[in-house]
Amino acid sequence: MQIDWLAFSPGPALLGGLILGVAAVLYVLLHGRILGISGIVAGLLKPLAGDWNWRFSLLLGIFSAPLWAALFFDLHGVTVIDAGWPSIVIAGLLVGFGAQYGSGCTSGHGICGLSRLSPRSLVATLTFMLAGFVMVYITRHLLGL
Amino acid sequence: MKRYFSLYSQYFIGVLFGLGLIVSGMSNPQKVLNFLDITGNWDPSLIFVMGGGVLIGLAGFYIASKRAESFFGGALHIPTRRDITKPLVIGSLIFGAGWGIAGFCPGPAIVAVGQGHLKALVFVVAMLAGMLLCNRFFAGHKQSR
Repeated sequence: MQIDWLAFSPGPALLGGLILGVAAVLYVLLHGRILGISGIVAGLLKPLAGDWNWRFSLLLGIFSAPLWAALFFDLHGVTVIDAGWPSIVIAGLLVGFGAQYGSGCTSGHGICGLSRLSPRSLVATLTFMLAGFVMVYITRHLLGL
Repeated sequence: MKRYFSLYSQYFIGVLFGLGLIVSGMSNPQKVLNFLDITGNWDPSLIFVMGGGVLIGLAGFYIASKRAESFFGGALHIPTRRDITKPLVIGSLIFGAGWGIAGFCPGPAIVAVGQGHLKALVFVVAMLAGMLLCNRFFAGHKQSR
């Protein structure tokens, strides 16, 4: 292991993390729910449930965040997607399936769950981090992709 | 009236959450993959995202745990399960593997769709398909978040 000091950006990461924390806390206090994006997205797949409006409003907010951000700073080049099309499709299937089967993702288990000191979320977070480390090791260092 | 304020609030929190993802670097798959590459040229920045989020979250969820009702009314839907189950672990493994392939998890993928990335849109569609697949084959697994 060696640390990539050129890319290291603890300041923006911490600031962004604090903003994510504020959003999650506002969400539970105002709306009484866990701000777990996979769960909120998955709920859209049951359009008869009667809770489509709020799910859609929240996701529309996330979707339009780049527009609001563009008012304050230059977003050009902040998102780099190197994965090829087959990787994108496979990754999407795995992320959707896994988040649904494992009851949450980086926001629900990672931020909200750890904040609630939930043992389930701690296990989930450690598990998906480990799987992420292993997958990147395999693709970058074993397969050389 | 309160209902409309509630939907605006959902939207606002979504924007805030999206901004947090952008500012922190979480919405950039390249940054995420460099974070997951612990055996390579490692960029540890994203630890600070989780740190910042949980720092705020610990206080907020503590306050939430003392409240009976959310601001917009209704009970607080905070998960109560504490059992570590096979679906939790296997689902998280699958989720993490997908995360490690493309560097996208659900929230950041939606932000990237808002930035106009076609690959992110395809990822989100595949993610929905993955969720549907899970619902179809494991409808009985009854997980609560």
